[in-house]
Formats: sequence, structure tokens, C-alpha cells
Amino acid sequence: MHMPVAGPHTHTLFTVSRTMLTVVAALTPATLFGLWEFGWPAIFLFLTTVVSAWVFEVACLKIADKPIRPFATDGSAILSGWLVAMTLPPYAPWWVGVIGSFIAIVIAKHLFGGLGQNLFNPAMVARAMLVVALPVQMTTWIAPVGLLEGPSFLHGLSITFLGSQEFDAVSSASTLSHIKSQISAGATMGEILPTLADLESRLLGFVPGSLGETSTVLLALGGLLLLVTRIITPTIPLAVLGTLVTLSAICSFLAPDRFAPPILHLTSGSTMLCAFFIATDYVTSPVTTAGKWVYGIGIGTLVFVIPLRRLPRGRGLCGALDELGHAPDRNLHPAADLRTVPHRQAACAAKPAKGAQK
Amino acid sequence: MSESYAKIARDGLWDKNIVTGQMLALCPTLAITGTATNGLGMGLATTVVLILSNVVISALRKTIAPEIRIPAFILIIAAIVTVVDLALNAWLHDLHKVLGLFIALIVTNCAILGRAEAFASRFGVLASALDGLMMGIGFTLALVVVGAIREILGSGTLFAQASLLLGPHFAFMELQIFPDYPGFLIMILPPGGFLVVGGLFALKRIIDARKPTIEQEIKQMRTERVFTAAGVLKPKLETGEEA
Repeated sequence: MHMPVAGPHTHTLFTVSRTMLTVVAALTPATLFGLWEFGWPAIFLFLTTVVSAWVFEVACLKIADKPIRPFATDGSAILSGWLVAMTLPPYAPWWVGVIGSFIAIVIAKHLFGGLGQNLFNPAMVARAMLVVALPVQMTTWIAPVGLLEGPSFLHGLSITFLGSQEFDAVSSASTLSHIKSQISAGATMGEILPTLADLESRLLGFVPGSLGETSTVLLALGGLLLLVTRIITPTIPLAVLGTLVTLSAICSFLAPDRFAPPILHLTSGSTMLCAFFIATDYVTSPVTTAGKWVYGIGIGTLVFVIPLRRLPRGRGLCGALDELGHAPDRNLHPAADLRTVPHRQAACAAKPAKGAQK
Repeated sequence: MSESYAKIARDGLWDKNIVTGQMLALCPTLAITGTATNGLGMGLATTVVLILSNVVISALRKTIAPEIRIPAFILIIAAIVTVVDLALNAWLHDLHKVLGLFIALIVTNCAILGRAEAFASRFGVLASALDGLMMGIGFTLALVVVGAIREILGSGTLFAQASLLLGPHFAFMELQIFPDYPGFLIMILPPGGFLVVGGLFALKRIIDARKPTIEQEIKQMRTERVFTAAGVLKPKLETGEEA
């Protein structure tokens, strides 16, 4: 029998539930803004998604005979559901949220072994699969009208739960996808730029988009809170944003007609959500600093490259990687870590099974 | 050496089912099960090839030199697949159009060579024919189940275009399970195949795990001792008889 060595261990402050709570706190401003901006349907959808994520978590724990109390109260399922909800179109029907939670919690998390074992970020698996599976529901966007001017409480109920279509949908989601469709229609960047929303409303988030991804400033503020509380280190966000800015600067300098300037990428809320909240997921990102750089640069590159329309792409695949482009999340990370393992760690990794087998 | 026919049937349908038991032939299982109809067509074509190749190989098993048996098996299988391909093209042209290239690719279906190597080259013609039939039915069932789940979840129908494949008499099989279904595209795309096949594997393991093992059966026997090759096992007595 292999027994863990007993010793005078000190416990770190960074428990799972404290970390999750801080991340939730950091997400709250952007989420509240999104809920206020898109009104009652968004509130109903958000609640449905988060509650169903928690219910799926409890059900999975029960089926797998795991202790329910510690896992169900650590906040990780709520956070996953929360992130799923933030990436949904605000007027999506309730079952989109429930299916999203099912994919995130059951398929992406518990089928891989539960908290800490998941290969991919559950919320992003959910988003990628939803975009492939439900291209219509996942790309129906509406203009931000505000809680008071938007649909009433009852009308909101009917939009979310009865599938009422009585609202004005807009065709383009975010600034970036608007640019993409314009460029493929033959317009040049010089013609497109004046038609976009002004910088201020893009920064603050008064643009159509996913439920919690519109406000760049509030998401960046949340990211700052994570940095200050040392939940995350600045490496990955810096690498992601730096790569994105560098690449878009080079490209828009060389071919200003075809490529959006860096400021457009930086003022997209989804970029901020990706850099601070998604890419830094503990489970699916590297541990060493050098690994983090490689991983962050990889994500930054993919976020920039994937929306380019010259990539050969199936309709579905494009949709999945579009917008957030963080399906790459983990794909890069094992390699990134392996090459940068410190010597001592490498020595330990070389003979791991000795004690464990006895 | 011979196997009982009941065991052959049981192996083919459940215990050593090509997909869920042996995990062979996953390529057609994943590739053409977008609808239950496609699964059915592919399963039936493979069944015919399995029976014929098992019979021929079993009949020739004493003639083929063991050193060159694999190329010989492949030649026989390829010849039979070509025959089936041409026959389908001639007499069931519509079916052939639906299944297309996948018929020719039955040659590369490892399950067929697997049965030739593991069964037909060792047992008699009759047993081999039955093995081919049962393995084929098991394979067809697996394909139809995977196809049906993907079709129902992905597009809300079941056995769409069955009349095209089996003739107009089978139009009754075409069902619209959910009217006005918005469609869940990913289930028809390749990832859906992986999800459903993975689910089937898990389901078979769950069902198999519920079956009592031999040790448990022995424990439940109302006898004092059981003599086995490994030694004497003492069955656990019921609580009332203890002490």
C-alpha cells in the first residue's frame, strides 16, 4: 500500500472554492452590464444555464459515487455554467442554455473524470459544439436596448421559454464578424471603418454581441482583479494580447485594405474574456512560465488566424473557432510544458511509477 | 474442436460484437451512420461479404498454406467484395448509388479478415457460415443503433430515405420523430459519431458488469464445497446457517 507522507503541511489560501468565487466576482461587472443591456430574456437565459449546470454537476457526482457536498459547493460548476451563459446570444431559447450546460458539465468535465481532469475548458467545448450544432440559434443577435426599454418581464419569459420570435434580430454579431462579411463582399477596410460603432461604445459595450462579452472595459477590469488577487499571472494574457496586437499591426500595415487595425481586436470583449478568463484556466493551461508564453502566443496566433477567411473552412468549423477562437485551448499545452520542464521536475517525471505501483 | 451454435450466435450478437465487443470496423461505424438507413445498408452488405468469405475460407482452410494465409484471405475477400459490388450495381442500382465507395472499402474492413483468421480458418463450413451471419447481424444492429440515435438527435427523423434503399414497400419505415425539429447538426457530423459510439461502449460495459461473474454464481450455490481447477472454493453460507 502506498501511503501519502504525513508532514507539517501548510495549506495555501488558494482553495478551489475561493479561486472560483474570485473569478465569479471578477466576471460579475461584465455580466451585470450584459444582463442590464439585454434585459429580461438575458436574465432568464443566464439563470437557466447556471442552475442547470449545477443540477447536472450534482447528478453526475451522484452517478459517479463521488462526495456531493464538497464538489457541489466549490463553485466550479456554477462558474462553468456562468461562462457558458456569457458566450450565448442573449435571446437564445432556454434549451440552448440547458444543452450548453449539459455539454460543459457532463461531456467535457465529468466524462473526462471531473474537476481537474478535463482535457478542454468545459465552457468552450460547450460553445464550440453549440455553434456547430445550432448555427441559427447561436448567431441570432439583437441590438442592446437596455432593461427598461427592452421586452417586459412577461414578454421576456415568452422569448426565453416559449420561443417567441417577436423581436428585432440584427444580422451581424460582433464588429469583427461584421468586418469579415463586408470584406468577403468586396469592401475595403477604409470603406468599412466609418460604418462601425464608434470606439467609445465598443469599449463600453453598447454593441450587439453575446450575453456577457460586449463590454471590453468591464472584462479587462475583471481580468485586472484576477491579477491583483494573484489568481492568475500576467504571462498568458500578455502573450495572447501581445501576439494578437503584433500580428494584426503587421498585417494591417502591409495590407491596410484587408486587415482590421489592432485597436479593433483589442476593443472586442471576447478577446478580453479569452485572454483573462478562458486562456488562463488552471486545468487546461501550462504550469511553467516558458510554457505559458508558448501557449499564450499559440492562442493569440489562432485567435488572429482562424477568422481570416482565406482558411479552408467548413461552415461549421469556422463557426466553432470563430469569435473566441479558443478551441485551441489545451491542444498546445502538453507540448508547451514538456519542452520547458525544469530539470528537477523532468527527473521526477522520468520515474513516476515506482512508488505508485507498490 | 468445435463451438456450439448457441455460443457462436451469442458471440456474434453480443459478447464479441464487432463494434461494441471487438471494437473493430470503427471506420464505417463512424463514417456512414449519419442515418439509420445508411447503417442498415452498410450492415447488410457487410453481412453478405462476411458469410461468403467465411464459407470460402473455411472450405479452403486445409489447402491454404499457413505461411501465406493472410494474402490469400485478402485476395478471397477482395474477390467477394468485387462480386457484391458489381451485383449491387447491376440489380440494386439505387442502393449502390447511396452506399457508393463504401462498398468497395468493405475489403479493408478489418473485422472480415479478423473473422477469417480467428474463426473460418479453424472451423467447418457450416459453423463458419453461421459465424459470418451472426457477426454480420451484430454489426448491422450496432450500425443501425448508432445511425438511429444520430439521426433522431441530429435531424429528428428515423430511417429517412429507407424506400430509396429497400424499395417503395418500405416507405412506412420513414418516420418523423419530432415535427419542426430545429436540428442538432453536430450529431450528424463526425463528432456525433464518436459521441454515440463512445456511449454505446460504455453502455455495453455497464450491462456486462451487472451480469454475475462465475465467482458470484458459485457463492450463490447452496452447496458446501465447489471443486475447481484452481482448488476448492467454499461458498458463503446464508446468514441463518452460520456459526
